[in-house]
Amino acid sequence: MIFTETYTVVPRDYVIAGDASRKIKQILKKIGLDADVVRKASIAAYEAEINMVIHSYGGTITLEVGEGRIRMVCVDTGPGIEDIDKAMQEGYSTADEEAQAIGFGAGMGLPNIKFNSDEFNITSSKAGTTLEIIINLPD
Amino acid sequence: MAEKKYFHSVRLDKDKCKGCSNCIKGCPTEAIRVRDGKAKIIDERCIDCGECIRVCPHHAKVAVTDTLEDLKRFRYTIALPAPSLYGQFRDLKAVQEIVYGLLDLGFTDVFEVAGGADMATTAIKRRITEKKNRPLISSACPSIVRLIQVRFPELIDNIVDVNSPMEIAARTAKANFSEKNGVDIGDIGAFFITPCPAKMTVIKNPLGDEQSAVDGAISIMEIYGALMAHLHDDHKTGLDRKFASAFGVGWANTGGEGQAVGIDRFLAVDGIHNVIKVLEEIENDKMPDLEYLEALSCVGGCVGGPLTFENCYVARNNIQRLFKKMNDNNMTIKDVSFNEEEYQKMLFDAPIRPIKVAQLSEDINTAMAMMQEMEAIEKRLPGLDCGACGSPTCKSMAEDIVRGFATEVDCIYVLRDRLKALTGTHPKKD
Repeated sequence: MIFTETYTVVPRDYVIAGDASRKIKQILKKIGLDADVVRKASIAAYEAEINMVIHSYGGTITLEVGEGRIRMVCVDTGPGIEDIDKAMQEGYSTADEEAQAIGFGAGMGLPNIKFNSDEFNITSSKAGTTLEIIINLPD
Repeated sequence: MAEKKYFHSVRLDKDKCKGCSNCIKGCPTEAIRVRDGKAKIIDERCIDCGECIRVCPHHAKVAVTDTLEDLKRFRYTIALPAPSLYGQFRDLKAVQEIVYGLLDLGFTDVFEVAGGADMATTAIKRRITEKKNRPLISSACPSIVRLIQVRFPELIDNIVDVNSPMEIAARTAKANFSEKNGVDIGDIGAFFITPCPAKMTVIKNPLGDEQSAVDGAISIMEIYGALMAHLHDDHKTGLDRKFASAFGVGWANTGGEGQAVGIDRFLAVDGIHNVIKVLEEIENDKMPDLEYLEALSCVGGCVGGPLTFENCYVARNNIQRLFKKMNDNNMTIKDVSFNEEEYQKMLFDAPIRPIKVAQLSEDINTAMAMMQEMEAIEKRLPGLDCGACGSPTCKSMAEDIVRGFATEVDCIYVLRDRLKALTGTHPKKD
């Protein structure tokens, strides 16, 4: 079977930022997945959620667990990443002052997601960005 | 595999329990439920932090510790006073007063756990250079170690695998006493004077070791009155004793361990709920620069333990004043020297294992089905987290239902709605 659940991410709301990835982490723990897998997925989910809060017009994270893997699809409604190659570089950030003032925007988000995924796909246009994060479960 | 039943110091006094929801709400691991009108502690989840002891208005949560009577079990007894014991007395002139007082109370010998802390400090300094995980997390507070086993198993490898000051003190004290007096180790009882129930628990279920060298724990509360009457600084009693450093004593307060270890990027956090928040951030990789985390279950650190007498703020101040006095007398930390074999013995010899209480089922597919069911049930519950059903939140109630420990009509709101549906009545609006 595949377990699936979708979470909404609200832009610029730093009070609830992190709630979606916290729920995802709790679910993965309850399903009883390996500690290492939970850690990787939690970090990836958290970074993706924070990215969406800081940069996007809002969106959703859909979690799927099953068939030997965790798949998280993060979809937002824009404004898109202008230069994906640059965004994938460590330390590159376009976060605004507000986000930087509270400790976000170190430019580690996307690189960290990629580092913690087994498969990572990103597409972006002005209409929005889609991330596909896959973490394989050990046999 | 059948495991030996886990000993918990924190227990319920059934007669005093009124079945209210105070303890279930305050428990950091959601380890308590009220069933059939009485609180019930779930063994695997309890970390013996003692939060329930603090919040129970009926004093129905108690800590089981040893009494002074238990000293009779041994021919020779060694008191191991926790550094936090020193914070209980407002006008302490010197540590000597406590050591001599304990000897007067009938202990054959005294070994300061602050001395164990000095040794642990030196071992940790070296371990930081050998163990690569970051941040390293202190192993001194047994509630925190167990919290990590229960709620943050992926951080287990970050725990610094150096024995606690209490354990190091007990081993050293017994070995020294046995050698000096030519007596059998088995005739010596080492008793920790404890600020908390978690230390009592860890003696019975050692962390990172097969067997604890500590034979019992007597609460500070239990010994406070008697010791107060015996404090003195008559040097004849002590002969040529050596005393622990100010830094060892400083371990009583939050930040004391970090100060002693002297590492730059360290963070000291106290209060179990604050610790949980920080561990969640570490789990999310939010503290990449952090080298060392000193995390303590009680607000104020060990001086805030549930079995202490003095309030934690006064006690903290007492420790700070004592620290200053000792430091002014040049009792600064000297690196305690020990050889390679002694160092190796200070490290854990048994791995710390995750305690899988979160997972709904051993089988992933079953767990996922249960998870889906749980989400559906949660949506039908009122979301008030009132605790009247006996579970701390509607979410945990949903989990208890899928696990088969509760039914939906245990929720008074669900029950009310079902009754209304049956009788055809509608709620009166006034």
